[in-house]
Amino acid sequence: MSTTDDLTRDALRPPRAPGAGRPVLEIRGLAVDYGYGTRRVHALRGVDLTLHEGEVLGLAGESGCGKSTLVYAATRLLAPPGLIAAGEVLYHPEVGEPVDILRLADDELRASRWQDTALVFQGAMNSLNPVYRVGRQLTDTIAAHRPRSTRAEREERARELLRMVGISPERIRSFPHQLSGGMRQRVMIAMALALEPRVLIMDEPTTALDVVMQRQILEQIMQLRDRLGFAVVFITHDVSLLIEIADRIAIMYAGEVVEDAAADDVYRRPRHPYSVGLLHSFPPLHGPRRELGGIPGSPPDMGHLPAGCPFADRCGFVVDACRTVHPTLVSTAVPGDDPSRQVACLRHDRAALAAAGAPEVEVPAALAVR
Amino acid sequence: MSNVPVDTALEVTAAAAPIAAGPGGTARRRFVFVRNGKSVTGLVILGVFAVLAVIGPWIAPYDPSKVGVGTLLAPPSARHLLGTDHIGRDVFSQLLVGTRGVMVVGVLAAVVATLLAIAVGVTAGFLGGAGDEVLSAVSNVFLVIPALPLIILVAAAVRSTSNLTIALVLAATGWAWGARLLRAQTLSLRRRDFVEAARASGERTWRVVWFETLPNLTAIIASSFISTMTFAVLSQTTLAFIGVANVNDWSWGTVLYWAQGNQALARGAWWWFVPAGLLIAILGMALSLVNFGIDEFVNPRLRLAGLKPREMRQRGIRPRIGFTATVRDLPRRPEATR
Amino acid sequence: MRFLVRRVVFYAVTAWAAVTINFFIPRMIPGDPVQALINRYQGQLDTDAIQSLYVLFGLDKKVSLWDQYWQYWGQLFRGDLGISFSYFPTPVTQVLRSSLPWTVGLVGVATVIAVVGGSLVGVYLGWRRGSKADAIVPITTFFSSVPYFWLGIIAIAAFAVTWKVLPTGGGYDGNLLPGWSWQYTGSVLQHALLPGLTIVLSSIAGWILGMRNMMVTVASEDYVTVAQAKGLSERRVMFGYAARNAILPQVSGFALSLGFVVSGTLVMEMVFSYPGIGFRLFQAIGGKDYPLMQGIFLVITLSVLVANILADVVYVLLDPRTRQEA
Repeated sequence: MSTTDDLTRDALRPPRAPGAGRPVLEIRGLAVDYGYGTRRVHALRGVDLTLHEGEVLGLAGESGCGKSTLVYAATRLLAPPGLIAAGEVLYHPEVGEPVDILRLADDELRASRWQDTALVFQGAMNSLNPVYRVGRQLTDTIAAHRPRSTRAEREERARELLRMVGISPERIRSFPHQLSGGMRQRVMIAMALALEPRVLIMDEPTTALDVVMQRQILEQIMQLRDRLGFAVVFITHDVSLLIEIADRIAIMYAGEVVEDAAADDVYRRPRHPYSVGLLHSFPPLHGPRRELGGIPGSPPDMGHLPAGCPFADRCGFVVDACRTVHPTLVSTAVPGDDPSRQVACLRHDRAALAAAGAPEVEVPAALAVR
Repeated sequence: MSNVPVDTALEVTAAAAPIAAGPGGTARRRFVFVRNGKSVTGLVILGVFAVLAVIGPWIAPYDPSKVGVGTLLAPPSARHLLGTDHIGRDVFSQLLVGTRGVMVVGVLAAVVATLLAIAVGVTAGFLGGAGDEVLSAVSNVFLVIPALPLIILVAAAVRSTSNLTIALVLAATGWAWGARLLRAQTLSLRRRDFVEAARASGERTWRVVWFETLPNLTAIIASSFISTMTFAVLSQTTLAFIGVANVNDWSWGTVLYWAQGNQALARGAWWWFVPAGLLIAILGMALSLVNFGIDEFVNPRLRLAGLKPREMRQRGIRPRIGFTATVRDLPRRPEATR
Repeated sequence: MRFLVRRVVFYAVTAWAAVTINFFIPRMIPGDPVQALINRYQGQLDTDAIQSLYVLFGLDKKVSLWDQYWQYWGQLFRGDLGISFSYFPTPVTQVLRSSLPWTVGLVGVATVIAVVGGSLVGVYLGWRRGSKADAIVPITTFFSSVPYFWLGIIAIAAFAVTWKVLPTGGGYDGNLLPGWSWQYTGSVLQHALLPGLTIVLSSIAGWILGMRNMMVTVASEDYVTVAQAKGLSERRVMFGYAARNAILPQVSGFALSLGFVVSGTLVMEMVFSYPGIGFRLFQAIGGKDYPLMQGIFLVITLSVLVANILADVVYVLLDPRTRQEA
């Protein structure tokens, strides 16, 4: 990825929030292993991804594709045996030089956390400390980052945060087990916004909730984003959901980003065979009905990845070169496409085919929908 | 004694072979919980003791009760590897012969207690409701009541304090912990799909228990067996030491009983009381090791999967919660793959 | 509240079970232990004492088992546990009264130190897993594998026989008169040091290992990761989030394993000839002093129950989920 690409892409994308366009979080060549030495498994293999200010970036893919690993590694919250093997994660502050989160000292990282990047975790049930009252868990965050605030100020802020997510401020005295699942997740969202971070990472924030609650919470997140202007990384395996809420979508497969494009482009004009398959696995929430299809086969064993494209075994458009040449993210080979969108598929990568001495192939019609 | 450990090591390896061999074998799947370094080490040591329990009395150089086979209170020498006691009996022979008593009581008590624990724990977990309440209360009562004074009381009341009696009393007081664990595990199993499915499809309860539940409890059963054996070995030793068990039946505790009663400490006869305690410690550690292995199998969070602590320390990588370790001199780009 | 009610019922049942066991076991004793006593102390036993011993051993054949049981309960409530054979003619209650403070002092203090110290070390070990501190784990395993009394023997051999810095046993210097003097108190402390340290050393291992494993387990809970993500200080995450939750099973484990720990420490008293109830139990075995054995069993069980109730109260204070109404 080059910086000139970024500029053109930003120029084309309609800004949705004030200050949009500048990168706020930039992941470069992030590689993560599970385990160390001979028994390690590569979970992420050099991921590049940029989040811009005020943008909603969706991360989608099947279970185990590395989408959660990506955000936890980028925030250095990945639990052992996860190990960061290479890469950099640049956070661009509002003023000043970007800092590499992976190379921060512990206390610097601690100061940056929640202040710059906050998270909402998958399990609403287990994200709250069961033995502390909700209020205490909200205020201790504020106290850690605003040591000079008074107790009364922090309590007031906690009440305000609860009110913001539609929970009665009296709940400040409740213990987590006294709240419903939906309420707990709202508390987590309130907590995430306590310091008004510029980046909010949400790892399947609504999976554990019922459908009605999912909707409510999603709408609330989107309203809050419009009001506060933070950028969102939204992880889910539900692509149809992302199409509704995301500005941009990155599709992941076997520890790599295989397609990265505007949400609308991913939905109407998917360029990667895996994206096409994924889109056909879910019914769209709105719009015309279409036939559902799955993706044949199952994701590859991350411990024994094939030499070429990891999707080759399940791909309907596979060519011989796919078995030997590993595709990288390039611009699509469909004329008229957004030049900033990227796809990791040899069907779009003439240069890689030529370099491998493979015969040139056409982009199939299914991957070139206009 | 030099060739004994080799034999047993082989025996244990042979016994463990079906575990390691043959992919997909049921034995392999059922006993995976002992397939780690800690468990195997523990099992090898247990194997050595098991063999000693069998052959101990035959390979003992002297009759352990024969008075005056050496000079009185002689320190270790070539003739008496671990010296002699206050009336010239060979301590090494006493320990060798005593291994059998310790192992028999330990294993017997553990077997009986484990069977009791399975009966009570699995039943309670399966019954639920009032039956569960009653059985859980009973096992908790047995857990809370201090075992040793109770055992002393019982042992003092019954006519004979043979190894069999001691083992049965220990089993009667030591089953509750296992029952508690098994009940909890059964409860969680009962709610799982495959058991629900088997029940829903009208399988008889005993079939559900035998074929669907018990195979999934093997790790817990093994763990509770090992814990009970530890409890039984320590208790048996203690009972022998305080003279509740028959002091003429040789066991490691009996050796300590004679040592304590005859001023071994004041006379500085360390060879009399140190080796017996070390043997108990080694046996106890072997049992603990097996259980550590099982714990790590049951609770994957205790494992550092794929991470070799020492190797990682050498490279300055420390796995931590909340601060993902990075490879030192983190490269900005991954080396290979692309 | 429901939680507490259930616990109270449970303790009542346990106390009843202990008393009932205590009622039945002496009935298994072969022969007539009381007659032997009467023969030995011809004329020194008054009829009341003989009657109470008959109730204790169930030798009064004219009375039905049920009536014996009620008589036994009545005797218990009057605080009559019979007469000690080995301290004849002292009542068992009096023997217990003189020895219980020693045990509570020694075992109680040592156990509290072991639990608190062991939990703290366990918190640290569990938190810093994979560091060099892990080397403590095999050492603690060793100490949890040896019988308590053997460690006591080794301690005496090392610090009282080979290197004569501490007394070999007893509760205080026999030349001193018990009382509130500096000399006497000092002597008591000096005599308690070695058995106390040995109890701590041998029982701390279990608490360390238990706490370490709980810490490791809790450390991978989401709320700990959230606490780290929030940028809280290391201390806060470690104590406020991880240890604060890891301690809960440790508290209930404490209650359940107390019986075992107390058993081990009783033997320690025997090794150190410490004048607590463990040592009395040892003497009772030697003298076939059944009433004293029974009394000791009862007192120990009830003490363990009291400790359990305390642990429950602590648990309720620590875990808001048990305080849930409805």
